[in-house]
Amino acid sequence: MDGMQLTAVAEQPEGAAEQDYIWTLNFGPQHPATHTTLRLVLKLDGERVVDAVPDIGYLHSGFEKIGEHLDFNQYVTVTDRMNYISPMANNVAWHHAVEKLLGIELTPRCKYIRVIVAELARISDHLLCTGAMGLDVGAFTFFLYAFYQRERIYDIFETLCGARFTNSYTRVGGLMYDITDRVIEKIRDFVRTFPDTLRDMERLLNRNRIFVDRTQGVGVLSKEDAINFGATGPVARASGVTRDLRKDEPYLAYPDFDFQVCCARAGDCYARYLVRMAEMRESLKIIQQAIENLPPGPVNVAVDERLALPDKSQVYQTIEGTITHFELIMPNRGFQVPCEEVYGAIESPNGELGFYIVGDGSDVAYRARCRPPSFIHFALFPHLIRGHTLSDVVAVLGSLNIIAAELDR
Amino acid sequence: MACDAQSPTQPATDTSCPQVVAALGARFDDIQASEFRGQTRVVVPRDSFLAVMRFLRDEQQFDMLVDITCVDYLHYRGAEHRFGLVYLLLGTRHGKRLTVRVYLDEPDLVVPSVVSLWRAADWLEREVWDMFGIRFEGHPNLRRILLPEEFTAHPLRKDYPLQGRGERHNFPVLRRGAS
Repeated sequence: MDGMQLTAVAEQPEGAAEQDYIWTLNFGPQHPATHTTLRLVLKLDGERVVDAVPDIGYLHSGFEKIGEHLDFNQYVTVTDRMNYISPMANNVAWHHAVEKLLGIELTPRCKYIRVIVAELARISDHLLCTGAMGLDVGAFTFFLYAFYQRERIYDIFETLCGARFTNSYTRVGGLMYDITDRVIEKIRDFVRTFPDTLRDMERLLNRNRIFVDRTQGVGVLSKEDAINFGATGPVARASGVTRDLRKDEPYLAYPDFDFQVCCARAGDCYARYLVRMAEMRESLKIIQQAIENLPPGPVNVAVDERLALPDKSQVYQTIEGTITHFELIMPNRGFQVPCEEVYGAIESPNGELGFYIVGDGSDVAYRARCRPPSFIHFALFPHLIRGHTLSDVVAVLGSLNIIAAELDR
Repeated sequence: MACDAQSPTQPATDTSCPQVVAALGARFDDIQASEFRGQTRVVVPRDSFLAVMRFLRDEQQFDMLVDITCVDYLHYRGAEHRFGLVYLLLGTRHGKRLTVRVYLDEPDLVVPSVVSLWRAADWLEREVWDMFGIRFEGHPNLRRILLPEEFTAHPLRKDYPLQGRGERHNFPVLRRGAS
């Protein structure tokens, strides 16, 4: 009965806001439960949220403007800073769009390695999202379990490319370094031991009464709304939208692997949590298949395509290598880009992460638009929170996995 | 089209939709279609824009608006118009994608809002207004979204310098205790 009334209030926020028992609470921009710098202005009726007005832009750093001044290889360092929870996935997304514009076919080994790092990034992202969501609703141990495993993924990335956090690992037409035996060993070790932790984590929370009570039925998103609001990734899949770009528009080497798309019907915070937990297991399956079937051969495209820097032995010993090196290094040379526009998207941990790139013949994008899933999902927030209590704000925020650096760019 | 057949990055699943272009051409005038790397693009005149979008959503099942963005063609070689709006549509049932473009020129930078069709457009249109200064007629709440309200320029326009115009130094400083 109580809930019915409150829904009616929520439908007329303007009229309700004038009543003197409604008060306003400022949530953020500096608040630990907002994860990053974002601000919400909440209109409260007692403990119930009547309306929420997100105020964003605190971390706006002009990434898209910078994209018009850095070349395709330099800009990858900026993509690291977008969704800094899974920078590898952003690197892969950026160069996926660039290579689509250029029309490059990658080597099989490069595709496999990119799949491996993108899936590791997905696990890392989901661990943070579910871990922090658990932390926000009171499950501290769960958070520590998740963060220990994230450390191991950082270790793998460090061994792979030297950087733990801001990897900048991909290059146009290839990768910064080839994968080494030591990395393969570490990934195998991770694949072997991670399922145990995942099982522990599921045992900690899946039937935990406090967690289930605080997330089930909270922030329900219907399938129609999910599509109409443009939700993608785990948020949409938890609402019954059976879309996954890895299956629907396969890129890289995804057609080679056996994995499932994890979906739920309920559309609440608990369903989003379950989808993320299930996706980690599927990602692990993909990594295992990729690491055991890693194709031999080069990671970069051939020298005569003039896209990737050749290695030093080629530069010093072959004329093609010397010419390619010269062409790529000298200013005003670089590679040839068609005067065209293209949209390339991948299934990032958070949803569809796409780049709309306009080429003008030079190796600097004329326009580098990023389609950020966090931005689209945060627009859902007022819709999801209306009628719920103040303590549900953190549960809903946690389940959407809003990364403010990607939100504001 | 011929280029596309040889393109190595042709996606395994075809997202192009020539039949939608044919349906659009039969229904509306002045629809220009092109294709690049398997992506179908149509250019729509502004007058019939809202009708086209409604047709695409209701009769061609493009139920998801993936993104709205804009390109400023000020320094682009061979460009005829100043701004080009980009609407990326996706049909979740048939899996096809379509890019709809509208060209605008100064001083008449107004286009009908599509918030009534896709609610995803709400924040996306606000961002385009914020960054490019294009007005969306019929938008319920067209305010700046990323930049502060007192900002006067539209920074993703090509005539705005990368380093800014010193706005950062002129923001009021808030201090604890000051009212």
